[in-house]
Amino acid sequence: MNLNATLFAQLVVFFILAWFTMKFVWPPIMKALDERVSKIADGLAAADKAKSDLALAERRATDEMRKARESANELRAGAERQGSQILDEARTEAARIIAAARTAAEGEADVAAQRAKEVLRDQVALLAVAGAERILRKEINAAVHADLISQLKAEL
Amino acid sequence: MATAHAPTASEYVSHHLTHLTNIKQTSLVDLSVIDIDSMFFSIALGLLAVFVMARLAARATAGVPGRFQAAVEIMVEMVADQAKGIVHSPESRKFVAPVALTVFIWIFLMNAMDLLPVDLLPMLAAAVGIHYARVVPTADLNVALGMSLAVLLICIYYNIKIKGFGGWIHELFTAPFGNHFLLYPINFAMQMIEFVAKTVSHGMRLFGNMYAGELIFMLIAMMGAAWAGTFGSGLLWVGGIFAGTIWAIFHILIITLQAFIFMMLTLVYIGQAHESH
Repeated sequence: MNLNATLFAQLVVFFILAWFTMKFVWPPIMKALDERVSKIADGLAAADKAKSDLALAERRATDEMRKARESANELRAGAERQGSQILDEARTEAARIIAAARTAAEGEADVAAQRAKEVLRDQVALLAVAGAERILRKEINAAVHADLISQLKAEL
Repeated sequence: MATAHAPTASEYVSHHLTHLTNIKQTSLVDLSVIDIDSMFFSIALGLLAVFVMARLAARATAGVPGRFQAAVEIMVEMVADQAKGIVHSPESRKFVAPVALTVFIWIFLMNAMDLLPVDLLPMLAAAVGIHYARVVPTADLNVALGMSLAVLLICIYYNIKIKGFGGWIHELFTAPFGNHFLLYPINFAMQMIEFVAKTVSHGMRLFGNMYAGELIFMLIAMMGAAWAGTFGSGLLWVGGIFAGTIWAIFHILIITLQAFIFMMLTLVYIGQAHESH
């Protein structure tokens, strides 16, 4: 319990250790602590930002979905309109073609009937002439009466 | 004391309380004497503390810390918070906070030497021919007062740095009672008493606690050594185990508390040096 030079030796050691701690221990540890603090703060801020970004993206996605649905509906309505229009046109065209075909057929039939009538007329005239020839063989000269016959033919 | 007869109780205690010195100290104050054992353990534990922490500090990561790094960080944070609350100058804290950390860990380790079996290191030392060894440096008044003296020097340094040399001298003579030439001697005397009382009580508190603790460990060790085959000595031996256990557990608190008190008072005294009366 005596005082001696140990006191001053301890005093010097104290300052050396304190200096060493100040130089090599304290600053790196405090730096690491401060860095971690800012890292955590950044992380929390990033998490907040991500959350608001997510909300924004969700809103944008619903908007896009709604728009897409609307344009799809529009497209379908347009397609339906166009389809019915094409159908109508086709129907009209078909009706027109049928009418034209009928007209043509009727015209053809008329012509054919006319031709048949003419043929028939010729044959009837021939038959009539032949009949008349048989009846009037003796007294009627074909050449003399040709004028009369053609007149008859025109009347048929 | 490897003599034929077993040492008596007083021989045992006084042997354990004798420092390993370069020359035998005869007067109360003798600056040619140095306590080799105290200095050895003090320096060894101090270097252990700062080098382990420096190694950790060099590899400290701002990412996820390991367990050891986290433990050191808890201590550093604790010291940094206390320093921030007591010393208000950020510039001073760059030095004062590391000082407080050093003091806390160093004194804790030196105090913790008390928890080693009281005869373990002295017997090992005796085996290699060193016959005196006190292993608790803080139970050496020189060590405790040396550290409180260092704190006093830091206080004086900051007094001069903050207030200027003239300002500090002015304060020595005008505080606490006031600026009047009749009051100058009283003020100065009060200031001197304050500095001496602070420094002595600072060192003595630590020394006293550890010295008393060490002494009680010795007495408990003697209870254990009383075993001589009789019923009474057997009871003493069992009592020694109980008392040793209880005192060691209690001492875990003491060593931590004393290290913490020394650190806090260091901060408080240095903080006071920053304030004008």
